[in-house]
Amino acid sequence: MSSYIAKRLLYAVPVLFGLTIIVFLIMAMIPGDPATAILGSYATPENVERLNRQLGLDKSLAEQYWIWLGNMLQGDFGRSYSLNRPVLDEVLERFGATLILAGSALLLCSILGLLAGVYSAVRQFGWGDRLITLFVLIGISLPSFWLGLLLILLFAVEWKLLPASGMYAIYGGGDLPDLIAHLTLPAITLSVVATGVIARLTRASMLEILRQDYIRTARAKGLGERRVIARHAFKSALVSVIPVIGIQAGFVLGGAVYIETVFQWPGIGRMLVQAIATRDILLVQGGVLIVAASYVLFNLLADVLQHKLDPRLKT
Amino acid sequence: MRRLSRMLTAAWLGMLAVLGMTSVGAVAQTPPNVLIVGQIAEPKSLDPHAVTAVNDFRILMNVYDGLVRYKDGTLQVEPALAESWTISEDGKTYTFKLRDGVKFHDGSALTAEAVKFNFDRMLDENHPYHETGPFPLSFFFSTIENVTAKDALTVEFQLSAPYAPFLSNLAYPTGLIVSPEMVKQHGKDFGRNPSGTGAFKFAEWESNAKVVVVRNDDYWDGAPKLEAVVYRPITDANTRVAEMLSGGIDMMVEVPPDNVATFADDATFLMHEQAGPHVWFLILNAKEGPLADKRVRQAVNYAIDKTALVNNVLQGTAEVAAGPTPPAFSWAYNDSLQPYPYDPEKAKSLIKEAGHDGAELTFYVTEGGSGMLDPIPMGAAIQADLAKVGLNVKIETYEWNTFLGKVNPGLEGKADMAEMAWMTNDPDTLPYLALRTDAWPDKGGFNSGYYSNPKVDELLEAARSSTDQAERAKLYKQMQEIVREDAPWAFIANWKQNAATSSRVEGFALQPSFFLILRDVTKN
Repeated sequence: MSSYIAKRLLYAVPVLFGLTIIVFLIMAMIPGDPATAILGSYATPENVERLNRQLGLDKSLAEQYWIWLGNMLQGDFGRSYSLNRPVLDEVLERFGATLILAGSALLLCSILGLLAGVYSAVRQFGWGDRLITLFVLIGISLPSFWLGLLLILLFAVEWKLLPASGMYAIYGGGDLPDLIAHLTLPAITLSVVATGVIARLTRASMLEILRQDYIRTARAKGLGERRVIARHAFKSALVSVIPVIGIQAGFVLGGAVYIETVFQWPGIGRMLVQAIATRDILLVQGGVLIVAASYVLFNLLADVLQHKLDPRLKT
Repeated sequence: MRRLSRMLTAAWLGMLAVLGMTSVGAVAQTPPNVLIVGQIAEPKSLDPHAVTAVNDFRILMNVYDGLVRYKDGTLQVEPALAESWTISEDGKTYTFKLRDGVKFHDGSALTAEAVKFNFDRMLDENHPYHETGPFPLSFFFSTIENVTAKDALTVEFQLSAPYAPFLSNLAYPTGLIVSPEMVKQHGKDFGRNPSGTGAFKFAEWESNAKVVVVRNDDYWDGAPKLEAVVYRPITDANTRVAEMLSGGIDMMVEVPPDNVATFADDATFLMHEQAGPHVWFLILNAKEGPLADKRVRQAVNYAIDKTALVNNVLQGTAEVAAGPTPPAFSWAYNDSLQPYPYDPEKAKSLIKEAGHDGAELTFYVTEGGSGMLDPIPMGAAIQADLAKVGLNVKIETYEWNTFLGKVNPGLEGKADMAEMAWMTNDPDTLPYLALRTDAWPDKGGFNSGYYSNPKVDELLEAARSSTDQAERAKLYKQMQEIVREDAPWAFIANWKQNAATSSRVEGFALQPSFFLILRDVTKN
């Protein structure tokens, strides 16, 4: 297993390396440059040229990339033009915030999705199943940024139960309850679609398994229904649901961009959008690199988990 | 099965518990005498020489002072760190007498040497701290040849040529005075460890969450009343509105037109409005195509229903513009100028007379950008107005940076018209950079529509080198009349900056400079 993991990690290196080249090329190809973005209305050719020189952007593209690569390999990701601070500080801080948001959303959608899916499979066509199916359909169909605004309007503006935006209270706070208060609405919003997908899938997979012979055998042996479902059916269903949760992890990370904007969550998605708008190439590089590396790791984690759960894949 | 439903119930109860636990903190109101301001973005830096955005200026103007500042409610300069000044006969030497006993927040003294350090750092590429830049707006002071500390409190600026906007530029954030000691101590990170002489001292910057400044009890102009100000970046306008409604912030700037009524109709809020030095216009390509004919350019001005644009699209957040100079520059504005009336019939006859009936025009529209208001709906409304008088307008829409990359090098061979907006601090800036013959793009200016009128060139040069404000005013007023008649642009709107405050906030007024000055504000 460990040699498999090592091999997978080794394969990731050329992928990430190629990615940095692609990001560099795309950022060079899109019109507009950092100096124009900084100067705005004052971007005369003369001012742009002067500022580009000060920013070190007057060098050739290959040269710029080479310098960046050399520095990066020594752990120096450069300095962001638009934020005037080291890229690494910004990226790590932002990525931490995104992990907290996406991680809680993933936890939430896994627990709720699995529970709802199992419940509706066991009570197929019962009122509970119908109700869950209805909610799941609504959840999957709602645009998440709209749902986010709606939740803010209800919970923050109308009922004043939860803060509207941000990660910590502006005055006081900063502790765990404060974080949870700020996390609740964005995490729920972000998890809604994935919860629906996981619930639908768990339901389908459970229904299929519950019709299998070995379940009938287990029941015939006189096992309690709870044990049949929890031990025999749910565990097998999990094998097909886990990879989907892995894929949902990707969607949740991607979806975090909108949610971070609506809730002003200081995450990496929002940072990347701003970095692209201001043509902050070093910040884009750093951000894309860490997001890509985390995708590779998540995929690997899902694969390893599946290996552990599915006896057929054991070598 | 029972276990399952128990788990579901437990999960649900857990969530309710979280809500209950946290709701106590959330309803608590913001503390008294601490003002929480909703900003539109995270600041780039708190080094006034390194930034270009109005958003950052809103913080900086409260932490730093310049040698001069704009008098409350006007765009006229008054003494600040400099008690007084003299200008030499030839308009090339400015001598400032500094206020005695002023200290930076770090305790170091404001001296003539400190002032010299500020300008040398920005302008001299060999200065040991020039590396702490870049300083994108340093060209505001490119006419400075030399800064000399005559004695501890007298500083002299030698200019290479008379330059009338000099004082006004000193009142701009690029002219704010930073503490040399702290620049030396923090180098490139000065922008995160700022120190000035202003009414508030920097306390804390938590990235993407808040910037906190606290009262400077030793402020030379009297300590401010607020204990502290917290600036929160909230980039999404809808979220900013929601935070305002839920009491998470006490003040928000740039209220979207759709939400103005929400605050205006609610007694727990106050809406503030102030016209500023902003003009929204269309650059018309005077070099080639149908718009090379003055009659067609005038026709475009007649054909656009500016009142409808301002009332319907911008919902009253702007006023109709009459010419190239915003009325906020009251001393230089020509009151006798009338906006082109909405007269489609006149437009049609002018177009027919010029022989361009049914002409095809390419129109560059941007998706957003600094001061651009609502560029897409405005572009569409303008297209519809021009269709009514027989001009077929094809819109091309670009993201702001791409848009600037297309418009700034000039419209020749690409487009007939382009949206544009400017905010400036002196009546000289915009016409000098965008209407002179010497400001054509190939000469490094912003005259992207290639307007050229020798009389306008002459007036602008004369106004720039005069140091007599009455004389300058006369020249600008003449210029405005000619430009209105020549119609190198379609003059559309002057934006009124707005802000909403909670009714607990008192003593606040927006400034025509668009700066946010919080010295006299209180909160109950």
